[in-house]
Amino acid sequence: MPTVSMTVNGKPVSAEVEPRTLLVQFLREHLRLTGTHVGCDTSQCGACVVHVDGVAMKSCTTFAWQVEGCHVTTIEGLAKDGKLHPMQEAFREHHGLQCGFCTPGMIMAAVEMVYRKGHDLDEKTIREELDGNLCRCTGYHNIVKAIHAGARAMRDSAGA
Amino acid sequence: MYAFDFHRPTTLRQAVSLLAKSEDAKLLAGGHSLIPVMKLRLASPRTLIDLSQIQELTGVELKGRSLVIGAMTRHRDVANSPIVQEAMPGLAAVPASIGDPHVRNRGTIGGSIANNDPNADYPAACLGLGATIITNKRKIPADEFFTGLFETALEPDEIITKVSFPITRKCAYEKFKHPASGFALVGVFVAKRGSEVRVAVTGAGASGVFRVPSFEEALKKRFAPKSLEGLSISPEGLASDIHASAEYRAHLVGVMARRATAKAVAYG
Ligand SMILES: Cc1cc2nc3c(=O)[nH]c(=O)nc-3n(C[C@H](O)[C@H](O)[C@H](O)COP(=O)(O)OP(=O)(O)OC[C@H]3O[C@@H](n4cnc5c(N)ncnc54)[C@H](O)[C@@H]3O)c2cc1C
Ligand code: FES
Ligand code: FES
Repeated sequence: MPTVSMTVNGKPVSAEVEPRTLLVQFLREHLRLTGTHVGCDTSQCGACVVHVDGVAMKSCTTFAWQVEGCHVTTIEGLAKDGKLHPMQEAFREHHGLQCGFCTPGMIMAAVEMVYRKGHDLDEKTIREELDGNLCRCTGYHNIVKAIHAGARAMRDSAGA
Repeated sequence: MYAFDFHRPTTLRQAVSLLAKSEDAKLLAGGHSLIPVMKLRLASPRTLIDLSQIQELTGVELKGRSLVIGAMTRHRDVANSPIVQEAMPGLAAVPASIGDPHVRNRGTIGGSIANNDPNADYPAACLGLGATIITNKRKIPADEFFTGLFETALEPDEIITKVSFPITRKCAYEKFKHPASGFALVGVFVAKRGSEVRVAVTGAGASGVFRVPSFEEALKKRFAPKSLEGLSISPEGLASDIHASAEYRAHLVGVMARRATAKAVAYG
């Protein structure tokens, strides 16, 4: 079996895996990072979104070996020193979740949205950019509010 | 998914020779059509040849009066390319309309064209602009490239390296999205370059993307949405499924063509 090596949440990792191992399986089953979810396994729902070199990807539609040598960030990698990431904090503050199943993917998508679109996101942009993330509970309203606030909070925390 | 082996060549030459000598091999680009299909066991290649490490396959450049896009250029990078946006905003809008941000971060123009999904967007742009699909072996005009549902003129050992689009600002794409999948229920690409007018339709055909000669003739006389008023296409031979009837698709072709023409006029 081939060996794959990458950096996950700042830590170098390496393991022998079958070529058909998906990135999400590698994260969940080999590294036990179960924050990244599998909602649909058909590339639709976005529950599995992680960042690879800062770019959001559906980890259910990526083989682990495709990100050989890359920097992967999962939901577990966002909080620093026991303090929630501003986007996580915003989801808590604005009640941007109910069952929470979609939340890791939503937050990873939201953070990347800020990387691409900046800190001042209007409602239309947020809704359009959430095209690849499905939520069965909330009706999206509070998710949109949370992302709006989280995007601004990310600027404030970067400046601080 | 069935087990397989993989290779990650760093040059086109290596990829071509791997493809020639491996039995039952498939190329892997962004994987956003192939991996779902492998999960469903509708494809079970024994070997995957990943094109992502071949630098010469990525990028956008102006070459004379053409815009040349490398096969491995991701949807996101074509949509955001200042070169594409400046030369042909109507073309930049095509990858921008594909799927969702995560899909656009991975999917590639070469993969989309090789896959030739009957509801995909790029085939309409290629046919509508009269693009040339360039492979390791030859240059294929778009009119000869898309041969049927998920079928193309590509031979088993052929790799798309680039797609060359003749430049015109008078071109635009209008897409009626399927609300769940985001794919085109009907998409129409309209282009005028010199005296040539082309109208290409995706999503509607029972055997994939096609041109509409009657619309092209009307637009040649005067390139304006008004020229298409009263014109329609026959539902015969159009796709009919749970998403939409052939009649509804035929109707949408007219609506999307008029909207695309209005946009193309505005860009031009
Ligand atoms: C949720 C979702 C929504 C989507 N929505 C849309 C949409 O709205 N519109 C749309 O058009 N598409 C859509 N797609 C499809 C997406 O654009 C795919 O990325 C694209 O069709 C295939 O590109 P890829 O790079 O992922 O190719 P892959 O999946 O890697 O490959 C597809 C096929 O092309 C072959 N291939 C790849 N590269 C080459 C090459 N250079 N030469 C020869 N053969 C090659 C492969 O062997 C394979 O058979 C969607 C996909 C998903 C998962
Ligand atoms: S689990 Fe990956 S998109 Fe749903
Ligand atoms: S909170 Fe339950 S799926 Fe989104």
